[in-house]
Amino acid sequence: MTGNGYLQLAFYVVALLALSVPLGLYMARIYQGDIPVFVRWLRPLESGLYRLAGVSPEDKMHWTRYAVAVLVFNLLGLLAVYALQRLQGMLPLNPDGMTATTADLAFNTAVSFATNTNWQSYGGETTMSHLTQMLGMTVQNFLSAATGMAVLVALARGFVKREADSLGNFWVDMVRSTLYVLLPLAVFLSLALVSQGVVQTFTAHHTASLVETIEYGQPKLGDDDQPLKDAAGQPVLEKMKTAEQSIAVGPAASQVAIKQLGSNGGGFYNVNSAHPLENPTPLSNFLEMLAILIVPGACCVMFGAYVGDRRQGYAILAAMTIVLVALLGACLWAEQSGNPLFARLGLDTQASELQAGGNMEGKETRFGVVNSALWATVTTAASNGSVNAMHDSFTPLGGLVPMWLMQLGEVIFGGVGSGLYGMLVFALVAVFVAGLMIGRTPEYLGKKIEAFEMKMAAVVILVPPLVVLVGTALALGTDAGRAGIANPGAHGFSEVLYALSSAGNNNGSAFAGLSANTPFYNTLLGLAMLFARYWVIVPVLAIAGSLAAKKRVPPGAGTLPTHTPLFVVLLIGTVIVVGALTFLPALAIGPIVEHLQMSDTR
Amino acid sequence: MLKDLKSALALLVSLSILTGLAYPAAVTGIAQAIFPVQANGSLIREGKAVRGSRLIGQPFAEPGYFWGRPSATAPMPFNGAASGGSNQGPLNPVLDAAVKKRIATLRASDPDNAAPIPVDLVTTSASGLDPHISIAAALWQVPRVARARALPAARLRELVAAHTEGRQLGFLGEPRVNVLTLNLALSGETRD
Repeated sequence: MTGNGYLQLAFYVVALLALSVPLGLYMARIYQGDIPVFVRWLRPLESGLYRLAGVSPEDKMHWTRYAVAVLVFNLLGLLAVYALQRLQGMLPLNPDGMTATTADLAFNTAVSFATNTNWQSYGGETTMSHLTQMLGMTVQNFLSAATGMAVLVALARGFVKREADSLGNFWVDMVRSTLYVLLPLAVFLSLALVSQGVVQTFTAHHTASLVETIEYGQPKLGDDDQPLKDAAGQPVLEKMKTAEQSIAVGPAASQVAIKQLGSNGGGFYNVNSAHPLENPTPLSNFLEMLAILIVPGACCVMFGAYVGDRRQGYAILAAMTIVLVALLGACLWAEQSGNPLFARLGLDTQASELQAGGNMEGKETRFGVVNSALWATVTTAASNGSVNAMHDSFTPLGGLVPMWLMQLGEVIFGGVGSGLYGMLVFALVAVFVAGLMIGRTPEYLGKKIEAFEMKMAAVVILVPPLVVLVGTALALGTDAGRAGIANPGAHGFSEVLYALSSAGNNNGSAFAGLSANTPFYNTLLGLAMLFARYWVIVPVLAIAGSLAAKKRVPPGAGTLPTHTPLFVVLLIGTVIVVGALTFLPALAIGPIVEHLQMSDTR
Repeated sequence: MLKDLKSALALLVSLSILTGLAYPAAVTGIAQAIFPVQANGSLIREGKAVRGSRLIGQPFAEPGYFWGRPSATAPMPFNGAASGGSNQGPLNPVLDAAVKKRIATLRASDPDNAAPIPVDLVTTSASGLDPHISIAAALWQVPRVARARALPAARLRELVAAHTEGRQLGFLGEPRVNVLTLNLALSGETRD
C-alpha cells in the first residue's frame, strides 16, 4: 500500500471520531428533552405530529407496552411497503412503467426495509417505481433507523431510572430521532451528494447515442419466453446491434443519504454505491462512508452523556474502534496482495501513482483497493450493507472480514441504536464473566446484573448465530437452496453463509452472485431477518424494564470499573470469543479452505 | 392498546408524508435549482442530442479509441438501465478464462507492446458502468491508438493528461482517466 493509502484511512478514522462527539452530545440533549435553540423551530412540527396521533408525551410506557408499540409500528410499516410494491403498476410516479413485484419478493423486501436490514433481492432501477422507492424504501430507511435509536434510548433509561416501572414513550423517542437527528443530516448529505453528481429528479431514464455502435449477443427466447438452449446446454445468442445507451435516473440522492445515515444500505441502483450515479466521486464516497458510522459512533457518546458518565461511552467507542481498525488492516492487506491468478498471467498489479493494482475484479477505478476495502469493512461493521465493490469477487480473506464482522452480531458500531444496544448486552456478559471470577454479583453502571438479565442477554447473543447456522444448513440441504449458488467450490458455500450471516444480523450486504430472488431464498431470508431483529429487540427491552425497576447501588471495592482500558480489553475479548467459537468451523470450510486453495495456485 | 394502534397508524401516515414525499420533493427542488447538471445525470449534450453521461462509461472496441474497463452488465456491456458486476469468485475458472481472453484481445490489438497489462484493464468493474481507467491503463493503450489515428504518441499523452482526474482534494480516491470524455476529444482531434 502507498503512503497515500494510510493517509486516507487515518483521515477517515480521525474525522469519524471527531464528529461523533458533538453529534452524540447533541443527541443526548434531544433525548433528554432539552431541544437546542437552533432546531427549536421544529418544535411546532413535533407537537403537531403528537396532536395528530393522539400521543401525550408525558404518557410513560412499561417495557411491555413499549415493545408492543415497536412491533405494531414496524408491522404497519412492513404492510405499507408490501402494498406499495404490489400496487405500484397502478400508482403515480412510475415513469418507467414498473409492474407489481411477485408476492415473495414483496414480502422479502418489506421485511428487509422494516427490519433495517435492506437486503435486496431485486435490482432497483429495473424493479421499483419512483413512488415505491420514496414512499416505501426511503420512509422505512428513516423509521427503522429511528426504531433502533428509540430502543437504545429505552435501554439507557433502564440504567438511569431507579425503582421505576416505565421506560419513556416510544412515539416521542422515535419522532425525535427522525425529526431532530436523521432528517436534518439527510437533507445536508443529500445536497452534498448531488453536488458530486448523484442524480435527484423525477423524470424517466435518458437515452444517449453511443460514440461507437456495438454488437452483442442477446439470449434468444422460445415460445414460452424462456431462453433457448443449444445441445450443450448453453443459451442460444442472437446477434444484436445498438447505437443507444439507456441511463436510469431518479430521486436517488435523497434515498442514498438516509440509506447511509440510518445504517440501512438499500441502494437506489442494483449495484448500490458502486454505481457512478449513486457514488460518483472519491468525496461522495468519503461522505457516504462517514455517514455509515457517524450515528452509531455518536450513539456511544450519547449513551455516556445520557447515563451521566461520558467515560462509559468513550470506553465502548474505543473497543469498537480497535476491532474495526484491526479487521480493516486484514481486509486491506488481502485485497492489495491480490489474486495470484493475475500475477501468474503476467499482469501489472503493483500499486503506484498510476494505478491501484491489487485485486481489481469487481472494483471501481475511482475507489481502487483502499477505498473498496475500507468501505467493505465499515459497511459490515455497521449493519449498513451498502457496497461500493462486489464482495463476491474479493479474495477469500478479504471476503472473510466483512462476513465475520456481521457474524460478531453487528456490535462493532453496528446499526444506529441497534449496534450499541447489542454491544451493551455484550458488556453485561463481560461484567458477568468478571463477576464470576471473583465470586461477586456483577454490576454495570450501578445496576446489579442478575439471573433475568443474563437469561435475556443469552437470548440476544444466541438467536442470531442460531438463525445463521440453521438457515445455512437448510439452504445447503435443499435443491432450492443449492440452485442459487453461482461460484463453484468452497466459494459457493461462502455465498450461502454470507447471505444468512447478512440476513441473520440485519446487515443486508451480499455475495451478490447468489440468485436470491427465488421463493425459497425470499422466504428463508425474510424469516431470518424477522427473527434477528425482533428476538433481539424484545429481550433488550425486557432487560431495560428489569434494570429500571432496580435500585442503584453505589460502587464498592469489588465493583469492576467499566471505563478503563482493562474493561475495553475484556469487552473486546468477550465479543471475539463468542464470535470465533460460534463461526470458526463454518468459516473453515468456506473462505479459509478457499484461501488455502488459492495459496496452492501460486 | 387500541390507542397505541391508532397512534402507530397516524404517525406512520404523517411521517411517510414528511420523509417519503416532502423530503425527496424538497431535496429535488433545491438540487434542480442549484445543481441542475449533476441532478440530471451529468449529461454531455451536443445540441439537443445526448451523447452520454460524464459519469457513465460507454463500450469501445475500435483500435482508434481508448477502451474502458470490461463490463459485466447484461445483455450488452455498459447497460445504463441495469447495472451489475461479474460476481465471479477469485478461483472461479470462468474468471480465469475471461481474463485470459481479454489479455489475448489486448495483445492482438498491439502485438509489439511488451509492457505488462495493468490489472484494471482486464478485470470487470463493480457497476459495469465505470467511466474510468487507471492512468497506467490509458498509457498502455497509447501506442495502439496512435497507430490507428496516425497521431504522435506525445499528443495522445497530452490528451490523456488533460482528461486525468487527480485525487480529490489532493488525497482522496485514486487518480484516473475518463475514457468517454477522452474519446470524445479524440474524435474531434481526427476531424480537424
